[in-house]
Amino acid sequence: MNNSEIILSVRELTKRFGTFTAVDRISFEVRRGEIFGFLGANGAGKTTAMRMLCGLSYPTAGFGTVAGYDIATQGEAIKRRIGYMSQRFSLYDDLTVMENIRLFGGIYGLSRREILRRAAELLRRLGFRGEARTRVGALPLGWKQKLAFAVATLHRPEVVFLDEPTGGVDPVTRRQFWELIYEAAAGGTTIFVTTHYMDEAEYCSRVSIMVDGRIRAIGTPAELKRQFAAESVDELFRSLARGAKRSE
Amino acid sequence: MRTLFVLLDKEFRQFFRNPFLPKMVIVFPLMVMFVIPWVATLDVRHIDVAVVDHDCSQTSRRIVAKVAASDCFTLRKTAGVYGAALRSLEDGEADVILEIPRGFERALTTAAPDRVSIAANGVNALKGSLGGQYLMAVVGETVAELAREQGRVPPDETLVVQNRYNPTLEYRYFMIPALMIMLLVMLCGFLPALNLVSEKEIGTIEQINVTPVGRLTFALAKLIPFWVIGLVVLGLTMVVARLVYGLAPAGSIPSIFLAAALFIFTMSGLGLGIANGSANMQQTMFVMFFFVMIFILMSGLVTPIESMPRWAQYISRFLPPSYFVDSMRALYLKGATLADLWMNYAALALFAVVFNGWAARSYRKQL
Repeated sequence: MNNSEIILSVRELTKRFGTFTAVDRISFEVRRGEIFGFLGANGAGKTTAMRMLCGLSYPTAGFGTVAGYDIATQGEAIKRRIGYMSQRFSLYDDLTVMENIRLFGGIYGLSRREILRRAAELLRRLGFRGEARTRVGALPLGWKQKLAFAVATLHRPEVVFLDEPTGGVDPVTRRQFWELIYEAAAGGTTIFVTTHYMDEAEYCSRVSIMVDGRIRAIGTPAELKRQFAAESVDELFRSLARGAKRSE
Repeated sequence: MRTLFVLLDKEFRQFFRNPFLPKMVIVFPLMVMFVIPWVATLDVRHIDVAVVDHDCSQTSRRIVAKVAASDCFTLRKTAGVYGAALRSLEDGEADVILEIPRGFERALTTAAPDRVSIAANGVNALKGSLGGQYLMAVVGETVAELAREQGRVPPDETLVVQNRYNPTLEYRYFMIPALMIMLLVMLCGFLPALNLVSEKEIGTIEQINVTPVGRLTFALAKLIPFWVIGLVVLGLTMVVARLVYGLAPAGSIPSIFLAAALFIFTMSGLGLGIANGSANMQQTMFVMFFFVMIFILMSGLVTPIESMPRWAQYISRFLPPSYFVDSMRALYLKGATLADLWMNYAALALFAVVFNGWAARSYRKQL
């Protein structure tokens, strides 16, 4: 993994809203197949940064590439190669599990047969076999999140962006969710994930910690703990986040 | 192309699965078509009259009897003095007062006849002014009748009978095409706007924005279902107009549908464009209401454009419904053809292109 190719790279990436600098000249790289934990307190600028990487928001300054395409000018090319799971659950509640899968599979141009094949596999893996015809709105939150992840990776994207995917999810389901993440990473998909659970940060191959729009620390969890002489990522996070001026 | 089908499939599924929308799209037009033509009418009947008869002659009694017998009037009060009649006008008991002066009958035979005075309540302007005119007509008629009976030449300068209004059944026919247009404005303007902005509020649009769906494809997927709905609703209202009111279009049905299609494109494009610019339901609703109010009041739907001040007439040229209102009335009532109305069709087509172009452009996947 160490010397494999760089799939995502940003340099001096900045986003300002009026006088407020949400993301302040951040630079980092992510390699193919990594699970990159993008940590930070609420309001640190994680979601804004992630939205720029997904082509949902234009950078004010700086450069970035995802899967070899420029985030400022080639957003649509990037969108074909990434998956995204937003903070808010955003599959269609009034469509069934299968209809949601068909919709997003169709949007990414998968053939009808391919959609059916992948859907069957996915439902089996999620343990959803009896739920294909259930409306998504009727599923429990943890199930919804697993489904959203499965739909976001249905088209085998090169990078998948997960914005607090396990917020409000019970520990057992959280565990299962991370198993799905590992499976996808093992299959070569790069995972870019934000989270507030520091135990989850320990599962990442590398993490960065954002404070007030800037990246204050970046490296493998082990490296960072050594560097900051911390017992755990949790302790490290607390010591860095304490200095934050903004919250929420 | 396939993406469009996938998205349309989603839109139609969601529409039919909605517990409210499919019912509303059928029930709302039916309600409007069954109820409004009966109530929204300028056909004035049962005007309340107070009579002050100072003359007490054969002529004056005949006038009063005629007023009392008429379907247009209800004789509320016969007063001896004008003050009493005026009080009933002030109390709202009467809409108009008919005062016949002393010596009216005698004066009719002489060179300079006295004038009958009619006082109308200006609060209900319509009832008052129409009531006054109707009364004058009745008086004039009676006087002329009597004159003929007595072998005299009817005096024509006594009363100026104006009969410009003809508010009978024809008003309903005037209203029905207008109602069809209002329904299309409401359904095809509001529904796509609300549909899109609800995706914004729920957050599902973000999931779409992060996919490679094209802007035009997405806009079309949002618009096409409401084009279909608009044309179905139009068909439905035309059937009701035929079966319930016996009103069949004098012009050709395909040219009605063509005009309606162009108009529906315009309205749905406007709705979508407004939704793109709004952050939530309230904003969308208020901006839509603003346009719908102007459309309904300024495009000749209820009051003729010709009677508006000149500046308002200029504005109405920029309102797409004014071309459709004109076309629908001409097609439905006058039996105009596409060739007569080609200017209107061209204007509507232009609006459709401009509004939909704006809707597709204003939809931003990236902020």
